[in-house]
Amino acid sequence: MSESLKIAVKNLDVFYGKKQALFDVNLNIFANEVTSLIGPSGCGKSTLIKCFNRMNDLVEICKYNGQVLIDGENINDASTDPVSLRTRVGMVFQKPNPFPKSVYENIAYGPKLHGMYKNKDDLDEIVVSSLQKAGLFNEVKDRLFEPGTGLSGGQQQRLCIARALAVNPEIILMDEPCSALDPIATAKIEELIEELKEKYTIVIVTHSMQQAARVSNRTAYMHMGELVETGLTKNIFSNPEHAKTQDYITGRIG
Amino acid sequence: MSNIIQRNKSEKRFQFYGLLAVGLAIFLLLVLLFKIFSTGFSAFNQTYLGVKIQIEKGENLSELDARSTLRKNLRNMFPEAQSRSDKKNLYSLFSPGAYIEFKEMLEAYDGDVIDGYYYFLASDDLDMYFKGTVARQGNSAGRIKPSQMKFVDEFVKMNLIELQFNRYLLGSADSRNPEMAGILGAIYGSLFAILIAFVTSFPLGVLTAIYLEKLTKQNAFSDLIETNINNLAAVPSIVFGLLGLAIFLNFFELPRSASLVGGLTLGLMTLPTIVIASRSAIKSVPPSIEEASIGLGSSKVQTIFNFTLPLAMPGILTGTIIGIARAIGETAPLLMIGMVAFIVDIPQGPLDASTALPVQIFLWQDSPERAFVERTSAAIIVLLIFLFLLNITAVYLRKKLEKKW
Repeated sequence: MSESLKIAVKNLDVFYGKKQALFDVNLNIFANEVTSLIGPSGCGKSTLIKCFNRMNDLVEICKYNGQVLIDGENINDASTDPVSLRTRVGMVFQKPNPFPKSVYENIAYGPKLHGMYKNKDDLDEIVVSSLQKAGLFNEVKDRLFEPGTGLSGGQQQRLCIARALAVNPEIILMDEPCSALDPIATAKIEELIEELKEKYTIVIVTHSMQQAARVSNRTAYMHMGELVETGLTKNIFSNPEHAKTQDYITGRIG
Repeated sequence: MSNIIQRNKSEKRFQFYGLLAVGLAIFLLLVLLFKIFSTGFSAFNQTYLGVKIQIEKGENLSELDARSTLRKNLRNMFPEAQSRSDKKNLYSLFSPGAYIEFKEMLEAYDGDVIDGYYYFLASDDLDMYFKGTVARQGNSAGRIKPSQMKFVDEFVKMNLIELQFNRYLLGSADSRNPEMAGILGAIYGSLFAILIAFVTSFPLGVLTAIYLEKLTKQNAFSDLIETNINNLAAVPSIVFGLLGLAIFLNFFELPRSASLVGGLTLGLMTLPTIVIASRSAIKSVPPSIEEASIGLGSSKVQTIFNFTLPLAMPGILTGTIIGIARAIGETAPLLMIGMVAFIVDIPQGPLDASTALPVQIFLWQDSPERAFVERTSAAIIVLLIFLFLLNITAVYLRKKLEKKW
């Protein structure tokens, strides 16, 4: 494992209006690893993950202090363009949300938007390779021009992953990507995550302890807006330092 | 147990009330439609009288005086009409339009000899009698005097009176003579006005909705705007007429009675409806789609134009067409800006003076001539057909755009 630092969160406070959602969070996320964020509902996992691609900008009342450094560059600086940031940091959402367009158009949208291809063949190539990377190509190769919303839930979620991959991101954020899926579809997504970490840095929010244990290299446990504990997954699950972490993993809270 | 019986009973009762309400509404609608159609249908035909026209070789047809030539041929048919008043009574069975028709016929005629029976437009009084709208009492019928009735009876005996399609009703503008009055001018006026109303209010309304819904921050100012727009939708339409009068006529000094001004005024009136419909359509676009778009690196505006607007379009168009349909039937604001004048020319453009369909209906129902009654109903039929077509378009557009996944 390379151990190179990809994302560094330093003293991050986030406020929704008067309510503080995150308290002084410090977290290191390493390249080509899967980092999972776990914790009870409302603990700020999703808020934290949305700080990595500034999706919180969409929430008017959201304010933050502190730094989020990606490759050493503070993305909260005024000089960072959130739009170009989001091409480097892709996101997969809780509920599969394919565009109401064809499978092909779903993938092609990002590359078209950013002019990432030279000609039609080039674009076809991007679409096919993105679908292959997401392990979806064989299932949809005959339905490329049918609506993406006609796929099954698991396929839709992999379509969303393929769509995120098409713009060639460095980091992929996943906000409970399997919470709306059945166990078989979940297993497929987990396999996919395993493969994707070769090339991408992945941050995943999950409610499933087993999932965190299965897919992630590192785990961060959050509670009431504070980062309680972070470390290698095997250490957190076998030998947590904090009593709260212990309680959560063993099912006493949350 | 009795509770369940009670509950079932009250459910049945409620269903019955609902059915009753629907039935009553449909019944009243049918009565209205029946009344309009049964009154207005006869206006699509009108009475024509046949005249034996004989013109010798050697006459230059296009230089003949249509009026005197037609009268001469009439006198040849009725040699017994000798006195001045008899002749006048005979002539007055025809509409002034008959001479125009005859003139057009002469101008278009190919040969140099005319010999045969030709039909010309009858007066509105005869039209009303022949259609049975005005009943015969002895030797008179409505405004047809006994001295005229003898000629009418002659025409009937010779089988030279008949109903033909009313080409004036849909082919000409207003006229003092009911038999020559038409609604084409009003249709043009309405079309120009509606087109202008749509072109101004649709982009303005949709952009306002986008701004209020997506681009501005929620604060006291945006709340104020929102409240005002909602209130504007409930402002009586005549007030918009006053606004149009003050702004477009008095301030910008645009031409009075022009459909441009009517359209702008109706556009102002439609604007709140479009804003409100567009806002609720935009609001109902699933935020997950917009998040996905933002997450891929689209800017806010790209997201709006690539996803929010296309997804909201069926709702926006439905609201717009409802607003426009209301504007088509609107009379009051047009009265204020002078689109209520008597205009005999078909407007050539939106700057020409014109009336609109509902205003034409308003004008005709106020006219004393009996023949305007059926023409008023006919104009209402045309207006209803317009509204029907608009609503069909709305349904079609919504279905078509919604099908796109």
